[in-house]
Amino acid sequence: MDLRYPERVARFADEVRAFVRKELPPEIRDKVQRRQKVSVEEVKLWQSKLCSRGWACPGWPKEHGGPGFDALERMIFDNVTNEEGAPTVVPFGEVMFAPVLFAVGSPEQKAHFLPKIRTLDYWFCQGFSEPGSGSDLASLRTRAVLEGDEWVINGQKMWTSGAHNANYIFMLVRTDPDAKLQEGISMLVFPMSTPGVTVRPIVTMDGEHHTNETFFDNVRVPKTAMIGEVNKGWTYAKLLLGHERTSIARIGQSKRELGRLKALASEQSTNGLPLMNHAPFRDRVAAVEIELMALEITAMRAIAKGGSPGVEANLLKVKGSELQQRLTELFMDAAGPYGLPFDPERGLENGNEPIGFDEAASLGPNYLMTRVVTIYGGSNEIQRNIVSKTLGL
Amino acid sequence: MDFKLTETQILLQDTANRLVRERYTFEERKKIVAGESSYSQALWNEFAELGLLGVEIDEDCGGIGGSFADLAIVLEAFGRGLVVEPYLSTVVIGAGLVGAAATGERRKDILSRIAEGKLKLALAHGEAKARYVLEHVETRARRDGGDFVLDGAKAVVLGGDGADTLIVSARTDGGTSDRNGISLFMVDPKAAGIHLRPYRNMDDRGAAEISFENVRVPASALLGPLNGALPLIEAAYDRGAAALCCDGIGAMAAMNAITLEYLKTRTQFGRTIGKFQVLQHRMADMAMAEEQARSMAYLAVEYATEKEAAVRGRFISAAKVQISNSGQIVGRGAIQLHGGIGMTIEYVAGHYLRRLTSTEKMFGDIDYHIGRFAAA
Repeated sequence: MDLRYPERVARFADEVRAFVRKELPPEIRDKVQRRQKVSVEEVKLWQSKLCSRGWACPGWPKEHGGPGFDALERMIFDNVTNEEGAPTVVPFGEVMFAPVLFAVGSPEQKAHFLPKIRTLDYWFCQGFSEPGSGSDLASLRTRAVLEGDEWVINGQKMWTSGAHNANYIFMLVRTDPDAKLQEGISMLVFPMSTPGVTVRPIVTMDGEHHTNETFFDNVRVPKTAMIGEVNKGWTYAKLLLGHERTSIARIGQSKRELGRLKALASEQSTNGLPLMNHAPFRDRVAAVEIELMALEITAMRAIAKGGSPGVEANLLKVKGSELQQRLTELFMDAAGPYGLPFDPERGLENGNEPIGFDEAASLGPNYLMTRVVTIYGGSNEIQRNIVSKTLGL
Repeated sequence: MDFKLTETQILLQDTANRLVRERYTFEERKKIVAGESSYSQALWNEFAELGLLGVEIDEDCGGIGGSFADLAIVLEAFGRGLVVEPYLSTVVIGAGLVGAAATGERRKDILSRIAEGKLKLALAHGEAKARYVLEHVETRARRDGGDFVLDGAKAVVLGGDGADTLIVSARTDGGTSDRNGISLFMVDPKAAGIHLRPYRNMDDRGAAEISFENVRVPASALLGPLNGALPLIEAAYDRGAAALCCDGIGAMAAMNAITLEYLKTRTQFGRTIGKFQVLQHRMADMAMAEEQARSMAYLAVEYATEKEAAVRGRFISAAKVQISNSGQIVGRGAIQLHGGIGMTIEYVAGHYLRRLTSTEKMFGDIDYHIGRFAAA
């Protein structure tokens, strides 16, 4: 047994780190590190740098235009880029939809979509959840009916995150209302500009617009909008949610946040001592660091095991998301009274001076918004159900 | 041992609850929060008419001469209603300080105006580097002839955005962390040399960063003893913490009630989600956390006005720790049990999380209070 990364992988990590430090514009890195909004243009700029280096879409095989990393390189790449403050990949196209295309997309669909997902010319959102279908996703009711050569879609999707920036959607629809719940679902892909699609913003409790509800009123799309076979959409969704769970562990991001937490706690003082020297606080930070170490090694073990992600994906999602939340809680502890000011409209985005210390304004909103990570991508209750089933319970 | 309310208290509770239920609906609150000012003057006037601003103020000053236990009843109702008006800064802290430190006609005049709804106060004490250490005061007031001249800056001043008068702490003697040498001054926020940056806190209450540059006040602005204001400030902060305990149990009770209702009505997998054991257990934990918090809020009320600082501090700290911990269990749990809908700003649950999180951060956080309790 050897827990160290192989020499070639260690060299690769250095190479990725050097690349990010050279190519990532400092103003974008600063925004990411200070948890400010990164614009669509800035994400696209970073993606173009990755494209030039041949590292865009790190999870993709060479044949589809990816770098063809092995699983370990992939994890290292994600961790290092995140640690270094690169913008988070918008997962819907690259991480979630593309693997479904690899598996079951037609040659025409692959040729059409993959290059444009890679450059982010196609910016995707996902239409899965509905008002009555959250954890119980298979109960979804948005209908698609075949009329001649067209699917006609009617219904409503919830939590269509980023739909206001997206020009494409992939979504689950009910195509056979008489079949068993999971067996009457299909997956469609089409432009958001299709007549009959309406996006309404949902503002979350951090005061920001991340997500939406999206309405479909007699939306007509061609038969070619179908991904794979009719009524097989549930199988594809499961495939894709497995991918979402792996990236949801956010190990690199948590490492970055842990580093910043320690830095902040060293700057803040209480009773004349740095907060980081205050034993109860220091010990809570240590506990998170230990849990994060365990998570990284667990991820390495999952990779070493090979094959498609199994129950490890559920574990990584549960532990990774809880760590993210714990970190935001500790940031709030570190902030002290400056965790209170909360005024997005009068804040940095509008050119005002920060209230309190430099990154204080982002901590409250980030704490609130991060409550969602144990809810989305399959709630942690659902994940634990799956884990317990694999244990034979 | 007696946990029953008196007849007067039951009447007060009815009044406060009815006000919140009828006049402070979530929709009404949204309008207030969206406004330019952080509070509704119209509602503030109603509070005054109902006697809610003078609960603890003597009858000869226009109040109803009640106790902190009476005030606690209003505070719980206001927590339930997520009331953003500057009740904490004016009625709990401001009136409390003036009641304890002012005398004679001055005392009567200020308290009467508070009870009438004509005066809002804010205690400007905390500073950027002080964190929760109350004796850490860098702002200075130097004597100049018959006046005092203030220089310094105050951080996260609760109610500072809309106060008619600020009660400003400043060092008139000693070094930054000395217990002696701190004095309080009543200062007009419009005085020359004051820069005030208003904003909202996470719970939508108003606050401000306030700086003082050569701000001249007459000697008569002094409130309480020269150099000896720290015990007054400590007592005021303990009253604030005790008040937040009461506000907190109101918010927790409301949060648990709406979450329970959601578990009984939201259907997934062909049944109401309250039928799933893992959600039942979480709800049970939240209900138990609320009960523990309520018990300690009663303790806080009992000791909020205790004169013996060490005794008072120990019990107030214990209560504040319990309320904060329970607030996390209830606040975070409720969002998780609601799922996505709990995340939206249009739904009330997130606002209770914001209230409970703010409650935890004001007048000392968990680390501060657990440390003070352990050291007591």
